[in-house]
Amino acid sequence: MLRRLHGLPGIVLALALTVTALTGAVLSVQPALDRLVAPAISAEVSVADLAALVAARHPGVSAIRLRADGSLTAAFDDGDTRGVERIDPATGAGLGPYAVSETTRFLTNLHRSFLAGDAGRVAAAIGALAMLGLSVSGLALLARRLGGAGALLRPIRGTPAQRWHGELGRLAAVGLLLSSLTGLWMSAGTFGLIPEAQGTSPAVIASGGAPAPVGTLAGLKAVTLQDLRALSFPDPADPTDVFTLVTADGERVIDAATGATLALTPATALERVNDLISMLHTGRGAWVLGLLLGLASAAVPVLGVTGLILWLRRRTARPRITPNVPARMADTVILVGSEGNSSWGFAGTLHAALTAAGHKVHTAAMNDVTATHLAAPRLLILAATYGEGAAPQSAKHFLPRLARLQGRPAVAVLGFGDRSFPHFCRFAREVADALDARGCPQLLPMKRVDRRSAQEFAQWGHDLGDVLGHDLVLTHVAEPPKTAPLVLAGRELYGEAVGAPVAILRFQAPSDPRTGAPGRLPAFEAGDLVGIVPPGQEKPGDGMPRFYSLASSTHDGVLEICVRLREGGLCSTFLHALAPGATIHAFIRENPTFRPAKGRAPLILIGAGAGIGPLAGFVRANAAGRPVHLYWGGRSAASDFLYEHELAQHLAERRLTTLRTAFSRDPNGSAYVQDRIAADAPRLRELMKQGAQILVCGGRDMAEAVTRALEPVVRPLGLDLPTLKSSGRYVEDVY
Amino acid sequence: MKLVLPAVAATTTLLSPVLAEARQVTFETTLKNYGGNGAYVVLYVTDASGAYKGTLWMAGGKAKYYRHLSDWQRASGGRATEIDGITGASVGSGKTLKITLDLADAMIDAGYKVHVDTAVEDGMDNPSEVVAPLAASASGKPVAGKGYVKSFTVTF
Repeated sequence: MLRRLHGLPGIVLALALTVTALTGAVLSVQPALDRLVAPAISAEVSVADLAALVAARHPGVSAIRLRADGSLTAAFDDGDTRGVERIDPATGAGLGPYAVSETTRFLTNLHRSFLAGDAGRVAAAIGALAMLGLSVSGLALLARRLGGAGALLRPIRGTPAQRWHGELGRLAAVGLLLSSLTGLWMSAGTFGLIPEAQGTSPAVIASGGAPAPVGTLAGLKAVTLQDLRALSFPDPADPTDVFTLVTADGERVIDAATGATLALTPATALERVNDLISMLHTGRGAWVLGLLLGLASAAVPVLGVTGLILWLRRRTARPRITPNVPARMADTVILVGSEGNSSWGFAGTLHAALTAAGHKVHTAAMNDVTATHLAAPRLLILAATYGEGAAPQSAKHFLPRLARLQGRPAVAVLGFGDRSFPHFCRFAREVADALDARGCPQLLPMKRVDRRSAQEFAQWGHDLGDVLGHDLVLTHVAEPPKTAPLVLAGRELYGEAVGAPVAILRFQAPSDPRTGAPGRLPAFEAGDLVGIVPPGQEKPGDGMPRFYSLASSTHDGVLEICVRLREGGLCSTFLHALAPGATIHAFIRENPTFRPAKGRAPLILIGAGAGIGPLAGFVRANAAGRPVHLYWGGRSAASDFLYEHELAQHLAERRLTTLRTAFSRDPNGSAYVQDRIAADAPRLRELMKQGAQILVCGGRDMAEAVTRALEPVVRPLGLDLPTLKSSGRYVEDVY
Repeated sequence: MKLVLPAVAATTTLLSPVLAEARQVTFETTLKNYGGNGAYVVLYVTDASGAYKGTLWMAGGKAKYYRHLSDWQRASGGRATEIDGITGASVGSGKTLKITLDLADAMIDAGYKVHVDTAVEDGMDNPSEVVAPLAASASGKPVAGKGYVKSFTVTF
């Protein structure tokens, strides 16, 4: 619900809000510029001093003002000349006519009324209200995503659009809240919704005597020029008229002959509030705040564009489920709990495969569960987990509803989540437990899918097929990827002698066939993934792409991967058989969580076999000479020491600080990478004290062994791996 | 714009609500090209002794700016009842405000004067920048203002 309130209105209003925000950002610079040019006002000068200087030059002066923009002006009518003039506060000399520039006036009117009068002012006020709502709902969404209000400042992970939207949004939110609230208050004032302080001028009787020189009037001498807002002079034709002096604390009426203060009307609380709000909104009198608010406003167009990208992505991600059999006729019901729409994609694949296998399948959101769903013989639940183990958007009401309904279908629960979060698939676990507790027979034990792994999903489908007594092939392609051609430029083969062939493959973009100009590689960094669909399976939905971690970045000019040949592996067999010059079709998938953290803290890189690929890429990119320690395990130094020469070079160039290798078939003593870690515990502990980040890449068995070896390393520091994982100091790319 | 004059009618017995004894009067105020936001313009009447008798028209809808029309504010007390029902939009740079009213015959050639106060945001306040007699002899003769008024014409 919150997302719906944030998303669509944000898109619809983005253009109008951009106009208001950008004009606001430009105007925000004005107070800082004004401050640079406005002459300083000495605390020594009184209003009487200055009034005397001005009156000497302009006998027909009618008012002197110290304006919000810091300029001191005098309005005069000397008979032959009249106008408003800027005044030097020290000498009273004229500094030329006072005029607001045409540009500023245009921008101001665009900002507050879209150049459309009162109707535009109403629109601008609605815009401010919308901005307020978007800021609040945006912060609430971000807090929910990051795991609570206290987690609002945690690092944001995800796609670039998600990160930009989140990072900029939380930075700008404070400014946007302030600007929109004060803007609303000012709109309300303009439309008379805030009661005007009625200036009931007190009835005063002027002495009526001959006017004394303005410089001698005690009432004007008592007020310093710094405190002046406005001073209006009496009408020379009316001997009973008086001076009116306005300062921040109120309005004084001063006798033109005696200089006595005849009345003082203190400023009301409301007037003071209005002054404060006007200052907070315009930055006049608070130029630093003005610039900060301007920066926050300048973020609005970026938030609009990234928001649009996120919204479109979410919309297109939800597939059409056809044919969706009515629930009462279905033999299998699929219920989906999804925060974005990614779980719907998996549900669509499952729905299609089951339908193809002859089942009557109905798919619905978990929130919409009814007794009819529970009356079906089979219930399959696909549930994502949100934030700190919370229910996702389309499953919030599932558990309370389930408790009120009858029915005990046979169930299988599949959880989607991210292993790097501490509460991996907690909501799915809760659902599975609740179904178990009500006595639903289990088709399959609950299974968890890490980071939308198509492989793990396919495995679950295979197991489900076994239970159902037929084949069930789930080939899920999240988004049909757009591939780019790549030409094999070079290959090195290792490990044949020890029965574990690993190829380092380097690809380039094909050169232009007409001009021969070198082609351009897609954008990627070491640690990202390249998806390759084995040949003969390129049709959408046909083949499942295999993902390989990238050992290079676009910057290196080649796309480099390490591929271990697997027995019967379609894709690895294909890649190992590629001849230089051959073309493949591939696409990049970002892997933003598997990256060295910014900064100069040490890096501990741990890998085995082909897992060295991205780690070697991180080392290669370390031109700054940050401390990097690489632990790597292979089979035989003589046969599968990948990147041996390159790593030696990196050591010499200080891109790599230390290298520890372990070979399992070393004739001088077999060892694994986790043995090296255990032996180096004191050194690693020291590095962790310095804030080191650990990056692990390789097979799942190795990763588990490394985890076991690392636990005793960090425990004496009061740390544990789940904590390090959730703060991004322990990241892994495991397959 | 055809109006009886509720504010004036309320404050003076010189005006007859009976239209047979009234005359149609047109007030045309043309502003200079001063190049700013819309001007607040108020037209009001004083008697031979200079006492305020009533407001004819207020161009500009936001009460918080009325204090810049300082002569009108002082004379009328700035009460909302003075301009109830006779308020319109502010007048843009170079534009003309034309209003037509039914004024009692007794008000003409009796020493009454029409005042025009103007004010513009970030510009000048011009109290009584035009003071023109309600006299048949002045009918159709434009007078210039001291501030933003290029010409002001009363036509009977």
